Amino acid sequence: MKVAVIQLPGSNCDQDALFSLRNDLKVDAEYVWHDQHDLTGFDAVFVPGGFSYGDYLRCGAMAARSPIMESVRQFAEEGKLVLGVCNGFQILCELGLLPGALILNAGQKFICQDVYLKAENRTSPWTRSAEGVLRIPIAHGEGRFVADPETIQQLEANQQIAFRYVNQQGLLNQEANVNGSMGAIAGVLNQAGNVLGLMPHPERATNPIFGYQDGLKILGALNPCLASKESLEPALAH
Amino acid sequence: MTSFAPEVYQGMGLRTSEYQLICELLGRSPTYSELGMFAVMWSEHCGYKYSRKVLTAFKKYKEASEGDGLENAGIVPIGGGLGVTFKIESHNHPSAVEPYQGAATGVGGILRDIFTMGARPIASLNSLRFGPISGSTTPEPIKARNRYLLEHVVAGIAGYGNCVGVPTVGGEVSFHPSYSGNPLVNAMSVGLVKISEVTTAAATGPGNPVIYLGSATGLDGIHGATFASVDLDEESESKRPNVQIGDPFAEKSLIEATLEALKTGAIVAIQDMGAAGITCSTVEMAAKGKVGMKVNLDLVPMREPDMEAHELLLSESQERMLCVAKLGREDEVLDVCKKWGISAAVVGYVTEEPRLVISRKGVVEVDLDPALLADMCPFYETVTAESAEVGEARSWNGGLDHVDCHKLLIQLLGSAELGSRKWVYRQFDSQVQTQTLLGPGAGDAAVLMPRGISSGVAVAVDGNGRQVWLDPFTGGVNTVAEAARNVACTGAKPVACTDGLNFGNPENPHVYHQFKEAVEGIAFACERLNTPVVSGNVSFYNRSDFGEIIPTPIIGMVGVLEDGTAALPSSPKKPDGLKLGCIQVPLETDLSWLGGSFAVSFELGQELGTPIRADLNGEARLHGLLNQLALEKRILSAHDLSEGGMATACAEIAIKANCGLHLSVSSEFWKAKSEAEALFGELPGVVFVSYEASQVDDIKRLCDDQGLPFQEWGSFFGTELVIDWNKNTWRWDISRLSQTFDSCLDFDQMLS
Repeated sequence: MKVAVIQLPGSNCDQDALFSLRNDLKVDAEYVWHDQHDLTGFDAVFVPGGFSYGDYLRCGAMAARSPIMESVRQFAEEGKLVLGVCNGFQILCELGLLPGALILNAGQKFICQDVYLKAENRTSPWTRSAEGVLRIPIAHGEGRFVADPETIQQLEANQQIAFRYVNQQGLLNQEANVNGSMGAIAGVLNQAGNVLGLMPHPERATNPIFGYQDGLKILGALNPCLASKESLEPALAH
Repeated sequence: MTSFAPEVYQGMGLRTSEYQLICELLGRSPTYSELGMFAVMWSEHCGYKYSRKVLTAFKKYKEASEGDGLENAGIVPIGGGLGVTFKIESHNHPSAVEPYQGAATGVGGILRDIFTMGARPIASLNSLRFGPISGSTTPEPIKARNRYLLEHVVAGIAGYGNCVGVPTVGGEVSFHPSYSGNPLVNAMSVGLVKISEVTTAAATGPGNPVIYLGSATGLDGIHGATFASVDLDEESESKRPNVQIGDPFAEKSLIEATLEALKTGAIVAIQDMGAAGITCSTVEMAAKGKVGMKVNLDLVPMREPDMEAHELLLSESQERMLCVAKLGREDEVLDVCKKWGISAAVVGYVTEEPRLVISRKGVVEVDLDPALLADMCPFYETVTAESAEVGEARSWNGGLDHVDCHKLLIQLLGSAELGSRKWVYRQFDSQVQTQTLLGPGAGDAAVLMPRGISSGVAVAVDGNGRQVWLDPFTGGVNTVAEAARNVACTGAKPVACTDGLNFGNPENPHVYHQFKEAVEGIAFACERLNTPVVSGNVSFYNRSDFGEIIPTPIIGMVGVLEDGTAALPSSPKKPDGLKLGCIQVPLETDLSWLGGSFAVSFELGQELGTPIRADLNGEARLHGLLNQLALEKRILSAHDLSEGGMATACAEIAIKANCGLHLSVSSEFWKAKSEAEALFGELPGVVFVSYEASQVDDIKRLCDDQGLPFQEWGSFFGTELVIDWNKNTWRWDISRLSQTFDSCLDFDQMLS
C-alpha cells in the first residue's frame, strides 16, 4: 500500500498525515505537489487539512481546481481509496466527489476539542473497523455539514453517512453535535464507499503517547494487516 | 539640502536634540526618506533608547549585544543536535485600535522572528490583558468595549495562528481596570532548529545579491514603530489605518519557502521585515555584517505602482523577508519562492564600503552609513522615584478577617480572572503538527514532544501586574519563579526564558522606577534559577485616557523533560483513591500571605500589601525534585499555588479531575494567621501533587533530602471539596464549583 498525501499551498496537516501513515500505520506514504497530474503507483490518496489558498474564496474552492485534483477524481472513479480530512473534506465536496457542503460552525467560531463519533455505515473499507464510540479531535471553523433535504435522504438511503457526532455513551444529542451539522453528520462516503470525507482528524489520533488511538480504526483501511482488531494491538502498543 | 521644520520631525517622534544629532552625524540635513528612517530606527520600539541600559542587567543579553549579536543568543540545546529558540513580542497599540488585525499581525511577526533563524515554529503562546468585562465598578460601555477587544483579539490570534499551522498551546488572560483602553497582547513563538543550521542576519560578501521575498509592499503600517512609541489618546482611533493587515496564508507559504530556500545553502544571511520593514532589515543586515548595500526600490514588488521612496522604506506590510544570497545562486532562492507562489526579486547587492545607498526612479534617496541608524541611537535614563501611593498600599498587612471564605472561593472561581479559559483556547488549534503532549488547560505548562526525539519541551507564560505594581523587584522575582514553577510542575527542568516588558511612559520617574526594579528582579531570579533571559521585547507608553497600565512584565519560560512521556498534568486523569500532598519551599515571614493577592484586589477593589518574595534556592531544589518525581513516575500530577491561593488551586485540581477531594491540613504545617490567609494567601513555592498511596514514603524521603517540607493532605473520593484547617471545615459541591468555573468567560452567552 502506497498513499499519496496531496500538498497544496496552505495545507498544514500534510506532515501530520504523512508521519501518522508512515510511523503509526506502517504504510508507505509520499507527498504529491498540487501541480502534478500523475498518481501512478499510488493505491490511495489522502487530502489533508489546512487552509488551502487561505480559504479566501470559499473553503476548498480554489484547491478543487488544482491540476492534481482532476487526477484525484479519476483515481476515485476507478474505485481506489480516497480520504479527505477537514479542509480535504471541503475540497472533495467542492470537487463534486462528495455531496453537500461545509459551512461556518453554528457557534460562528473555530472549535478545537475532542469529539465522539459513531460509524453509521459499517460496510465501507473506511468504516469496517470503526467499532464502538471513537474519540477523535476536531479543529475547524467551517465544519457544519449541510445539504438539501433530498440529498440527506439519499445519503441515509444509500448508507453514505459514515460517521455522526455522538456523546461519550454513543448517543445523539444537540450538545454532542458541536458544529451544528445536519443529522450530526461528521463524515460522508460516496455511493461506492471508496471515498470518505471527514471533519475530525484521524491522523491526529494514531499514537497513544499523545492521548489518542481511535484514528487507527479509520486509517486502518490503508493497512489491511492492521485492519482487524487483533492486529491493531502492536500498533497500539507503540 | 533644506533643513526640516520642527513639526515635521516631531510629527515622526524625533526630538529637536535628536534631529540636531542626525544633522551632525550626517554632516548635512537628512533627506525626507532618511529622516523617516532615523525616526523609526531611533524609536523606543527599534532603538530601545530608554531600556537598553537597564537591560544590561540580563547577562546573556549583555554578552550577546557585545558579542556576535543577539540572534545567536537565543538557542537552547535540547539534545540530538537540536535546539529551541523562542521569543515574546508585544502588539499592544495596534490591538487597542484594531484588535483583530493587531493581534493577528502580532502572531505573524513573532513567527517570522523564529523562522528567520532557520527554525520551524512548533508552538505559539499568548499573554493577554484587558480591562474589566464584568463587575459593578466599571461602567457598562467600558465593559462592552473590553469584551469587544477580548473577543476580537482572540479571534485574530485564532484566525492567523490556526491558518499558519502552528499550534497555540498555552497562554494566560488577566484583567485590571488599568488595561481599559490599552490592552496588552503579547505573543510568543517557539521554534525547533538544528543547531548547526542556525542562520545569521549579518550580510556579507560584496557583490552578493539582496533578495526581497514575500508579499508585495503596500501603504499599510507606515510609522507603526513610531506609533508604538507614544501614549495612546483620543487621536489613536485615527491611527487605525496605521495597523497592518495580516495574511496568514502568505505567512504559511513564506515559512515553507524560507525553510526550503535555506536548505539549498544558497542563502548567506536572512532577516524578517518587522517594524520599519525595508528600513530595518537593510540597515540591520548591513550594520551587522559591517558592509554596505545598494538597493533599487523600483525593483521591490509593490501593491501600488506610484509609491514613494519613504513609503516603501517605512511600510510595515506583513509577511516579507530580506535575504542575501551567494552570487550566482540567486535563482535557487527565486525558484523555491516560485514553487510556493510568493513573489521574490533581486533588489540590490552588498557593497564593501559600509554605505547604504537606496534609490527610487533614478534618484538617490538615502546615502549613509547604516551604523548611524543601527548603533548611534541616543540612550536616555530617567530619574527614578517611587510614587507615594504605592508605598502606602504596600504597608497594608491585613488578613481579610471579615470575609465569608466559603462564598469567596465560589466568587473567585467564577471571576473572569480565575475562571476557566476554555472559551478562549477552544478557538485555537492546539494540536496541529501532532507534537502536543499537554495542550491548553491540561498542565501548569504546555508540553510538546517534537517528532524524532523523546524529550519533552515545556513552555509557559506568566505575569502578575498586581505584585509588580506593589513591589517591582519582588514582582519581577516572583514572575520568573512562577513561570519556572509552572514549567517544573510538568516535570521539566526550566532552562531559559524570554521577557515581554510592558510598562507605561518611561519618561515618568515612577514608571522608570518600576521598569528598572522589575528588570533587576527578573535578572536576579534568572541568575539564581539558571534560566537566562535569551530574548525579549520592551513595550513602553502603555497609557491611555484611562490612565497608565500597572507594570506588567511577562515571562515566557521553556523547560526540558528528558522523557516526554513522563510529562505531568495539573490534575490526575484517574483520580479515584489517589492521595494529594503538599510540597513547600520553607519561608519564614511576618508578612500577610494575602499581600498582593488576587483575593484582596477582588474583595477590597485595590492592590494592597507586600508580596512575599520567592526563595530562589528553594525553588531551584523544588524544580529538581519535581523532575525526579516525574521521571521516576512517583507522582501523577502537579499543580502550584498561585493566584487565588490554596483553596483555588485545590478546587482547580478537583474540578479538572471531576472528583471529590477531602483535605485535612494541619496548622503546624500550614502556618497562616487567619482563615482567609490559609485559603487565599499567595505563598510562593507551594506545589500540590497526587500519587498512589504506596508512594508516600518515597516521596517524603525525596522531599526531606531536598529540605522541602512535605505533608499528605488527603484523598480523592466523593463529590465534594472539603478543606479542614485549624478547627474550621469548609465544604463545596464539585459540580457547583465546576459550573461557576466554566461559566465565567462564557462569551457566547455574555455577548448574546
